[in-house]
Amino acid sequence: MSAQKDRWVFSFSFLLFCASSIPTRGSMRLLQELSPQEYFSSLQAGRASLAYFSHNVSPGAQPFLEQIEDSAEALQDYGVSVVKVNCPKEDVSRYCGKENAVRKAYLFRGNMLIREFPTDALFDVNSIVANVLFALLFNEVKYVETLADLQNIENALKGRSNMVFAYVPATGTAEHRAVMEAAFAYGTVHQFVLTTEATLLKDTGNDESDVSSARLLFCHCQQATDLAEPCRRTAMGQTLTMLNIHKHLKLMGAPLVTEVAEDPEKVSTVHLQLGLPLVFILSQKETYEADRRTAEFVAWQLLGKAGVALLSRDLVDLNILLRSNVALKTPDEGVPIKYLVLEDTDEVITLVENKNKIEQIQEDEEEDEEDEDEKENNNQDIQDDQVVEAVSRDKKRELPVEQILVLTEETFHSALLETARTVVLFYASWEAVSLAVLRSYTEVADHLKGTRGVLLSRVNCWDWPGVCTKENVTQLPTIKIYEKGERSVMYNGMWGTEELTSFIMLSRVSCPLKLATIDEAEGYLRGEFPSELSSHHHTSLLGVFSTATSEAREAFEEAGNILSGHVTMGMYFEDDALALSRKYAVSPPALLLARSGGRSVEGIALSKQSAQDMVRMIRYESLDIFPEITVQNLPRYLQFRKPFLILFSDGDISQMESKEMLKLAKGRPQQAFVACWLNLKKTPVGRGVLKAYFATMPSLPVLVWVNLHAGGQVFKFPSEQSITEMNILSWLEKLKAGLEIPSSTLSEEDWKPPLPAYDFLQMMETAVPELPLHTSHRRGDTPERHPPESPGGDTAVREEPAQETKAEKVGSPGRDLRGTAPRLAAREKQGKRHSKL
Amino acid sequence: LGLALYASSLCAVSGAAFLYHDYCVIGAGPSGLQAAYFLQQAGRDYVVFERSHAPGSFFALYPRHRKLISINKRYTGKSNSEFNLRHDWNSLLSHDRRLLFRRYSRDFFPDADAMVRYLEDFASLLKLQVQYNTAIIHVTLERDRQAWNGHYFLLTDQDRQNYKCSSLLVATGTWVPNVVNFPGSEYVEGYETVSINPEDFAGQTVLILGRGNSAFETAENILGVTNFIHMVSRSRVRLSWATHYVGDLRAINNGLLDTYQLKSLDGLLEGDLEDLAIIKDKKGKLHITLRFYLENRNTSAGIDSVTLPQDELDNFATRAPYDRVIRCLGWKFDFSIYNRSLRMMPGKGNKKKYPQIKPSYESRSTRGLFVLGTASHSVDFRKSAGGFIHGFRYTTRAVHRLLENRHHGVPWPSTVYPITQLTNSIIKRVNEASGLYQMFSILADIILLRENATAFEYLEEYPVGVLAELETQTGRKAPNGLFVVIMEYGRNFSGADKDVFYYNRAVGEAQHAWQSNFLHPIIYYYKRLPTEREMRLRPPDWPLPRPDAIHHIVEDFLTDWTAPNAHILPLRRFLENCLSTDLRNFFAESCFLFAFTRQKLPPFCRQGYVRMQGLVGSEGLRRHAVEAGLLEDYAPTDFSGDRPPDSREGSQDQLLRDHAIPVRPLQHLVNAKDE
Repeated sequence: MSAQKDRWVFSFSFLLFCASSIPTRGSMRLLQELSPQEYFSSLQAGRASLAYFSHNVSPGAQPFLEQIEDSAEALQDYGVSVVKVNCPKEDVSRYCGKENAVRKAYLFRGNMLIREFPTDALFDVNSIVANVLFALLFNEVKYVETLADLQNIENALKGRSNMVFAYVPATGTAEHRAVMEAAFAYGTVHQFVLTTEATLLKDTGNDESDVSSARLLFCHCQQATDLAEPCRRTAMGQTLTMLNIHKHLKLMGAPLVTEVAEDPEKVSTVHLQLGLPLVFILSQKETYEADRRTAEFVAWQLLGKAGVALLSRDLVDLNILLRSNVALKTPDEGVPIKYLVLEDTDEVITLVENKNKIEQIQEDEEEDEEDEDEKENNNQDIQDDQVVEAVSRDKKRELPVEQILVLTEETFHSALLETARTVVLFYASWEAVSLAVLRSYTEVADHLKGTRGVLLSRVNCWDWPGVCTKENVTQLPTIKIYEKGERSVMYNGMWGTEELTSFIMLSRVSCPLKLATIDEAEGYLRGEFPSELSSHHHTSLLGVFSTATSEAREAFEEAGNILSGHVTMGMYFEDDALALSRKYAVSPPALLLARSGGRSVEGIALSKQSAQDMVRMIRYESLDIFPEITVQNLPRYLQFRKPFLILFSDGDISQMESKEMLKLAKGRPQQAFVACWLNLKKTPVGRGVLKAYFATMPSLPVLVWVNLHAGGQVFKFPSEQSITEMNILSWLEKLKAGLEIPSSTLSEEDWKPPLPAYDFLQMMETAVPELPLHTSHRRGDTPERHPPESPGGDTAVREEPAQETKAEKVGSPGRDLRGTAPRLAAREKQGKRHSKL
Repeated sequence: LGLALYASSLCAVSGAAFLYHDYCVIGAGPSGLQAAYFLQQAGRDYVVFERSHAPGSFFALYPRHRKLISINKRYTGKSNSEFNLRHDWNSLLSHDRRLLFRRYSRDFFPDADAMVRYLEDFASLLKLQVQYNTAIIHVTLERDRQAWNGHYFLLTDQDRQNYKCSSLLVATGTWVPNVVNFPGSEYVEGYETVSINPEDFAGQTVLILGRGNSAFETAENILGVTNFIHMVSRSRVRLSWATHYVGDLRAINNGLLDTYQLKSLDGLLEGDLEDLAIIKDKKGKLHITLRFYLENRNTSAGIDSVTLPQDELDNFATRAPYDRVIRCLGWKFDFSIYNRSLRMMPGKGNKKKYPQIKPSYESRSTRGLFVLGTASHSVDFRKSAGGFIHGFRYTTRAVHRLLENRHHGVPWPSTVYPITQLTNSIIKRVNEASGLYQMFSILADIILLRENATAFEYLEEYPVGVLAELETQTGRKAPNGLFVVIMEYGRNFSGADKDVFYYNRAVGEAQHAWQSNFLHPIIYYYKRLPTEREMRLRPPDWPLPRPDAIHHIVEDFLTDWTAPNAHILPLRRFLENCLSTDLRNFFAESCFLFAFTRQKLPPFCRQGYVRMQGLVGSEGLRRHAVEAGLLEDYAPTDFSGDRPPDSREGSQDQLLRDHAIPVRPLQHLVNAKDE
């Protein structure tokens, strides 16, 4: 529904756009107004003109005049000028004189009159263009009324040229015009034949079509050799418009089968350019002849629907299955070529036709339930998990894992003792997410190559479940950092190369770091101490404690343990701590916060806080006030569950904007929203966000207010206003007062299963109806078979009828061979009893 | 416990000399030791009584020809210790890696002495509390309302020493030889004592009664030296490769089938042993006749007066006389030591060699008495592996878990995971779990859903026969529906006299998975716990009642169910549809887009990205996802076409303001059309 509405709005705006542009176009005035003398003297040999003679303006001719004016432009394209000849009152010459002459229009070529048209035959632009071209192309377009005429023309063309046969229910229609326009362009290449006789259509074997709609057939007479047989025909499936006819004729003109000897990804044919798929028949030297015939056969079937190319595998190095015999390339950009194994040509045709059908349905936005179901069933077994699919597409690539030590149950504990810090990735070799993380992990290993005191290793939990259980790994993947013989820290940040690298780097320094001298403390705030972190850009936190404040210090140390790897924390509690605190105008216990290399140091008093409170406070304080939002840092801001005020920018934001926004953000200490900006160059997915908000890209930068957690309304800051604190504040007031209308509202939809599952329960019931699946059935429905009593002395071999256990399994035979053997078909069983004592 | 201690001290004071333990285990065979291991690990007060001087006394004697038919697969190509137990039929469960059977024997079919050594080591290395040389000869009950089960078990040994226990675990196996009585049965030698030296059978004609592995093992041993061997039993031979039941005739023992079918004088016959009679002639040869003929005669009259079948029917099959008749009819449970108040009843039909028990392995009539090991096989006789070490090591663990919950308030072990791990948890288990694999159709993993399906609780290897009692038996709650993960063979595939090698026997396509024949995982979904009535009325051959939905993971030649498209994808779709949610994984970039364009997030983003654990992914993976059409590339190059001309912008904005446009869902991700 929403999509439809969307579309409606689109087309509405398009109409508006057209409507506004029409008057401008109309003002060009292609219609000439001339006197009879001027007109007749202007006529050039070979040039056609349509003239209308008028005494002043007779009221009845007014609508006609408008139509003829409108058609002037269209006719100009075909070299026909349209002239309104103003007859002087006293003129009684041939055209001006007669009263009914003014009810007609005259077509001249040079000064020769070709046809007079009664004005009622020229009721609109279509009819004017169609009739004029029809008259001008008298020789190029043959009009036929009987089948015999048609056959005569056809026979005459055989072996020489192709024929375009069109049926229109009436002349002067839009379809008629389209045919005429096509004939104007292609009339010298193909013979055009037109009829309005529906019987002719039926006789040409097109009985399924209804006669109320126009039809066009392309008759391949050029290659026809047999005079007795009619030419092969290809009907055009689409409605008769100039564009469709043009496409159709282009396709008919293209070679039936294109021979290809290059990478199919690079191949482009007229079909792809016209938005049709291209089918590759994969050929080999040995089977070339047969493949060529197949390709031709398929090409005839698909003519007008898809192109066919013959690709010889011997010439192109394809990295595909040897079994593949057909490939399908769609015109859509970025969709990879699909390689398929098909068994007969019908499958190729169904493949293309179904595809077209689906596209048609999507285009028409028609929700046909049945087709929908079919489509879904076809897609159930197609991977729709981006992570799983990406990993399986990448599985053939060998990972550069040499840097990462493989640990086993035997080596695990000894390895941990060898290096100061051992990073262990616990993963499973079959699990997609952990394999995705393994890829980032190899990049981390690359970054950290040569870093002393850190060993990167991994444990495959699929091989060594015992280690994973013992190390309390319940989720995959898990990364833990083990300190030699001591504690271990579980990594709980983003699974990205940068984040993980930074975590490992920061973990190398104890958290909090005890600083021994005031110089160290100062160096620490400047980001110069400890040296391991000097290259690392970060916010430094320094806890300053007097000797009396041990409680706060313990809480701080505990907080440090929790935040280890995520922030850098130092602590100073020497005797001269007071000197340090005085310098920054705080009294211990206090926290000094140095952002970006100590250019500014903020002081925050630490009251009696628990470690948890301190963690929360430190996390909050280390956030930026007006951050650039990225994929990686968004969750830190999401947790506040507040609305977002985002400035989307293509590249960096200007200083002015930055200043104003910062003012806005700082102005409200306990602010009710997150003010941030987004760099579309760095975070291109932001375009996806804008696209979802506004359907089309607004001009940038754009400031947007999103109530992410309450209602989901999206508001756009008026683009005509400049981004200043004042303007934004007053806009926000208006938002709050409900005076603004949201640009869009975020979908509240739940995340439902993307596709249905196989309903095995139903399959079991339909295939084996006697299966007493319903609980209402009692067990023991079948009478128990009593073993025959042992008859004395009877040694004859007995044969008993087959037991009633012939449970035939029914199922549609599958074609592919994924298991050890294909599916089972019905089977028979002959039970025979054995010889008896 | 305090009460029990009090009670025990009381006993001692009263001079009746009862030695008290919370748990008494009778029998130090594999299942007794396995139970002892779990009790010891849990720190429980227990004792194991063993009549012999060493554990595993049955294996010291049997099988007579010393070749175990439980396979000792030392190599699987995998290092996964849990997976390897799928192909290790002899080891017991323990944390000690030294106690793996492959360290005890190099033979694929190991010698029984290796088993004896193994069991000795198991008991001693793990320091299990076994009291040897103690044969329990009588078991009775003492009513006491304060006891765990309303009564104590009083045990008496051969020295009249009494023991008192709150719970009794019977792990005595089946060791009493099955004997048939018919006229002339005194001429029959028993498997227990018959010579195992083939020389003793040279040039003899032998009749073997029975058609189990012991009978064929005996025949195999003497096949080369006898004139011919005939085998008689009531039922037809059941081949384990046709029935998928390891207790049926194993290929290793079936040499006689070859010689029978190739007409090399040996043969198989069917007949009821109860109708049989044996008559010894003057030369000491044994003649087969039928009880029917003897009943009309005076038996004392001697051989000449007896009608033999061949007198009336001169081509009677067993008309030739035999030199020896050997009985190989298997064993049964020793019912004799239980007082009548315990009402230890034999099972019905072909299960009469086992005591009657519930699917929870508790006696049908005496609360607190559990039967373990081979004796507990009535639960899955001729179906699964519960009568064998590689099966009952798991059922014993299950019983221990039931007891921990019942008596010590320790609920069934479980792990809680976020819902995003659901598919993974199942895939992990069906690929490596040995208990599910060995005890197919009997033990199942249970997944209990938490409210709103945001998390789930995973319970391993629960006896599925008592699914209805799950809440009381495990101490876990199941108010929001559950999945049952179980492994099964195809319903009509295996069985005696079925052709299991027919063409097209394997299913390869996921959409036909329900027709899979070989052992494969099945997941049942119930919106609520089935009731006991529903369990009772379940379809025959079904381990469980009709579920609300069912999923089969298609059988796999390698039993490796990790293929992304054939195994994991259909499973995910099934789980998604049961839970009515979207369980796909998403890269952080997609979650970012959803966070800004949707009010709700899929579980993967909610439980990962939003908690700052988003899957950023490498550039290469991102590119693959874009190529697959599952991730949109918003890099600016693609975008030029969408930018409207400036002149139109004003009116466009106006329009948008007038019509609040609902955001279009990201079609490509939501519907995942590959086109």
